[in-house]
Amino acid sequence: MSSDTLAKVPAPDIPEQADALRIVPQRRYGQWAAAVLVLALLGLAVNSVLRNRAFQWDVVADYFTSDSVLRGLWLTLWLTAVVMVLGFALGTLLAAFRLSANPVLRWVSWGYVWLFRSIPILVQLLLWFNIGALYPELFGVRTVNLLGPVEVAIVGLTLHEAAYAAEVVRGGILAVDRGQIEAAQALGLSRWRRWRRIVLPQAMRSIVPPAGNMLIGTLKGTSIVSVIAVSDLLFSVQLVYHRTYQVIPLLMVATLWYTIVTSVLGVGQYYVEKHYARGSERVR
Amino acid sequence: MSVMVDIRSVHKSFGPLDVLKGIDLQVRTGEVTVVLGPSGSGKSTLLRTINHLEKVDHGAISVDGTLIGYRRSGDRLHELPEREVLRQRTRIGFVFQNFNLFPHLTVVENVIEAPVSALKRPRREAVASARRLLERVGLGDRTDAYPGQLSGGQQQRVAIARALALEPKLLLFDEPTSALDPELVGEVLDVIRDLAHQGTTMIVVTHEIGFAREVADTVVFMADGRIVEQGPPTDVLDNPRHERTRAFLSKVL
Repeated sequence: MSSDTLAKVPAPDIPEQADALRIVPQRRYGQWAAAVLVLALLGLAVNSVLRNRAFQWDVVADYFTSDSVLRGLWLTLWLTAVVMVLGFALGTLLAAFRLSANPVLRWVSWGYVWLFRSIPILVQLLLWFNIGALYPELFGVRTVNLLGPVEVAIVGLTLHEAAYAAEVVRGGILAVDRGQIEAAQALGLSRWRRWRRIVLPQAMRSIVPPAGNMLIGTLKGTSIVSVIAVSDLLFSVQLVYHRTYQVIPLLMVATLWYTIVTSVLGVGQYYVEKHYARGSERVR
Repeated sequence: MSVMVDIRSVHKSFGPLDVLKGIDLQVRTGEVTVVLGPSGSGKSTLLRTINHLEKVDHGAISVDGTLIGYRRSGDRLHELPEREVLRQRTRIGFVFQNFNLFPHLTVVENVIEAPVSALKRPRREAVASARRLLERVGLGDRTDAYPGQLSGGQQQRVAIARALALEPKLLLFDEPTSALDPELVGEVLDVIRDLAHQGTTMIVVTHEIGFAREVADTVVFMADGRIVEQGPPTDVLDNPRHERTRAFLSKVL
């Protein structure tokens, strides 16, 4: 059948003036009902929070920017920064070991990640806190003088962080196309230059999202150091409520600060991701 | 004429698979050698051994009178440290099937990367000569684009400019048009043809028989890890002596 004859046969339900037909989208009443229900429940929850006097929002306001809370917040922030930097430095080294041609280095890296992912961070902190029982002296100094609570927190959190960072960095490097390294080798670029200029910037695209996750996780995770009496944000509010018994409002102070910092970090991550997406159409 | 590339009894295997089973090949300075052959015949592997991207198991390769990847003392070949191999590679340009441009660097940054970091050229000078090279491959107006914003043909032309930026004595092309849409093949072959006319020594692995006939001084036909026959295109392409060559040509022509 030629296309000519095909055109002359009218389809049963299409009138001559197909232009005049109006398209009506399907009505989704279920969606409306669900939205109304969820909003109502949300309203009830917000109402219960605002009208529950036990939250003591005036106490929250009093302590929100008090000196001891801000000092605790500051410690939480710099502890997070130090642990992230050291953890990722060690993690990158471990990832390089794991990808090296040397089987001993590969094995050591694998063993490290296995060990430090296996031990809960709380158990690890307590072990480091009591390390003096195993090694009373380190480098000729009494261990308890060398490793105070803050030092123990840095060591414990960093070793824990590095095990996870190693896997994140390794994943990022594996995501870089093998041809990129070959092209750099064919051009005579040195090992260091290949790593710094070609592999790492491309690996960063896949490293940043999970690293952002880890940063936020670490920020909140540092609250665990309150068990070894490091005066971070959580420990600082605990000190206050142990004295005043205003438990809920002071926990709200900590909650609000953690939420604020996490939000700021999320915004930062957006811009870092944008930076490393240079040259890729998909993200733009 | 002097010999630019001298390949002697090169063997290479990947595990139990023998990819190269004794290759001997000489390429004279200023000549274009086109290597043809079915997939898996070892032609890409051979090309990659010439700049030591692939180590050989046996045999030796020299480029411009220098052993590649090894130092000879008596009857032993000692593997060179990576730094030395990298220096040797700066004299050999390599163009990949999949371009392998650095996607996070602009076109001009791709081209100046090796001159600046491997040859320690001043950046300003490197940029000026990169612009000239890009002009030459017809991309003078795309210097600040990212590779992802270019067509495949344009990307491969940038890759050729990047290889030329080291002013190599020898250019190696590994199926430079195989990843391109058919209508983009011509623009890349035009650039390679120009280089050939200017007397650049090159070895081109390709499936473009017409290009081989037109540009090659020597056509090499490989199958199953061996060179089956070689000679001027009029001999190998029009009057092949071996059944294997005839069978291959009858399928691709």
